[in-house]
Amino acid sequence: MTPTRTTRTARKARTTAPRRALRRLPLRAAATLTVVICLFPVYWMLATAFRPSRDIQSYDPRLIPQEWTLDHFRTAVQADGFALFWRNSVLVTLGAVLLALIVALGAAYAVARLRWRGRRQFMLAVFIAQMAPWESLIIPVYIISRDTNMLDRLPTLTLVYFMITLPFTVVVLRGFIAGIPPELEEAAQVDGCTRVGAFRRIAFPLLAPGLMATSLFGFITAWNEFTYANFLIIKQQDSRTLPVWLSSFQTTFGTDWGATMAASTLFALPALVVFLALQRHVTSGLTAGGVKG
Amino acid sequence: MPARPSRRPLRGRRPTLGPYLLIAPAVLGMLYLLLYPFGRALLISLQDFRLRELIRGDAEFVGLRNYQTLLSDPRFWDVVRRTFLFMAVNVAAIMILATLVALMIERLGRAGRAVVLSSLVLVWAVPVVAATTVFQWLFHSEFGIVNETLTDLGLDSFEGYTWLADGRAAFAILVALIVWQSVPFAAITLYSALTTVPEELYESARLDGAGAWTLFRSVTFPLVRPLFMLVLSLEVIWTFKAFVQIWVMTRGGPGDATTILPVYAVQTALANQRYDLGSAASMVTVLLMSGVLVLYFRQLFRQEGDQL
Repeated sequence: MTPTRTTRTARKARTTAPRRALRRLPLRAAATLTVVICLFPVYWMLATAFRPSRDIQSYDPRLIPQEWTLDHFRTAVQADGFALFWRNSVLVTLGAVLLALIVALGAAYAVARLRWRGRRQFMLAVFIAQMAPWESLIIPVYIISRDTNMLDRLPTLTLVYFMITLPFTVVVLRGFIAGIPPELEEAAQVDGCTRVGAFRRIAFPLLAPGLMATSLFGFITAWNEFTYANFLIIKQQDSRTLPVWLSSFQTTFGTDWGATMAASTLFALPALVVFLALQRHVTSGLTAGGVKG
Repeated sequence: MPARPSRRPLRGRRPTLGPYLLIAPAVLGMLYLLLYPFGRALLISLQDFRLRELIRGDAEFVGLRNYQTLLSDPRFWDVVRRTFLFMAVNVAAIMILATLVALMIERLGRAGRAVVLSSLVLVWAVPVVAATTVFQWLFHSEFGIVNETLTDLGLDSFEGYTWLADGRAAFAILVALIVWQSVPFAAITLYSALTTVPEELYESARLDGAGAWTLFRSVTFPLVRPLFMLVLSLEVIWTFKAFVQIWVMTRGGPGDATTILPVYAVQTALANQRYDLGSAASMVTVLLMSGVLVLYFRQLFRQEGDQL
């Protein structure tokens, strides 16, 4: 990448400054337009959440709110069951991610480090599982949950989210484990470590960034999941999760768009924070991971 | 593959049961949570399975009758046609916009590039349900900013216009929402592919007098084609996940205007208690998707074949 950039700057330097600025104008305009289209809906969500109701229900909305208020956030947080749904979401998400991480770590180690019959077939199954048509499995999962008395229960959701995130976790962790030279572990084994001990002491610390990244992506997937949360939790309203609550927020709050946008903000915030923290990985390594899975 | 402890241990190695124990939980998960539901769906689609059978559990095997019912229903064919239209419009818009954005990012300076990439990542991060809610608010009939702006621009017919009451408008809003959400991933991936094209190729093509379009068509595109095809097939598959946006925003309405196959399947099964017909519709969906999936896997293995 570096040589590319130098040749380009050299070429740029040959054209004169004003002409260059003029020639780059359409490019600048396109970039600005892209950024505005990207950011405006997000900005409008925040702007609505923070402005007083009479400002929201005005026929002449201002781009920048004149007054700021936290009323809508208060309404959203004090809404029935908000704390409960928040807790449910966190429990289900953490459970699914931890389970997927533990199970995937074993499988990824077996695939990356050990030689055994059926390894290729196993990876093929993982790749296929990655593309599983979850939207088309909702009916049988509903019926199976009903038959096994698992409807309206959070562990059901945990299991489904575990399976949704598992393939991606296996694929990415396999890549990370394969990237650690086996010689490191072998050296530790020579020094008297067991195979497990060598992995735990040597490879595991090196895996930390990989575990971090995959678990955060798993977190986002499970946190956002709507379909199964909507159709598997029906009667037991106390077991609902945040996405379902948010989708029903308008029926609960009618035309209170300020509170709805405040609720959307509160729901989106964890995902936004995680993503922006991961941005470096997102735009480089995990893009490839995303394609692979 | 079943664990097969070898009777004759290899020299210096223990019998290889270890790996099978390590993958056992993952395999069990895939069997019980994926293969079994899939098999169950296939079975239900071949049974007479309604509310009565759901409660009493004595479904009767009826062969391909559900498929016959489905395929002779004109409404089903409307849904299939709409699904393909929805997919084509979305995927075409996503790929064209993403390619343009990727080409643009490549030409930007360092600061501009960082700003555009950050905004793309931000959009990518907005949860689906939150984005859908925000779009509902943007297009709100009375106080939505879109209607206010259009009215201010002199288009008075948009005053109090109810977007979601009109089939085509609802369809268009859903397309806008899905394109808005999907372009970031595609654009960032295509941009990362563009950075691998060696600058020398452009230089020599320019010396040969190639214009911008020729340059793109005969130098850039052939080189990023594998990744382009990968993103394309992923987007086709992911358009089926638009279920959430549609369900939250319109439930497939008004009328049937935004009902695509997955929505139709869930409506039929869970709203009308025709689990058998819904499962059959799901199976048809999977069948249609599997064509694209094969394309995706071929591309994937061509790229990563050695790793498998």
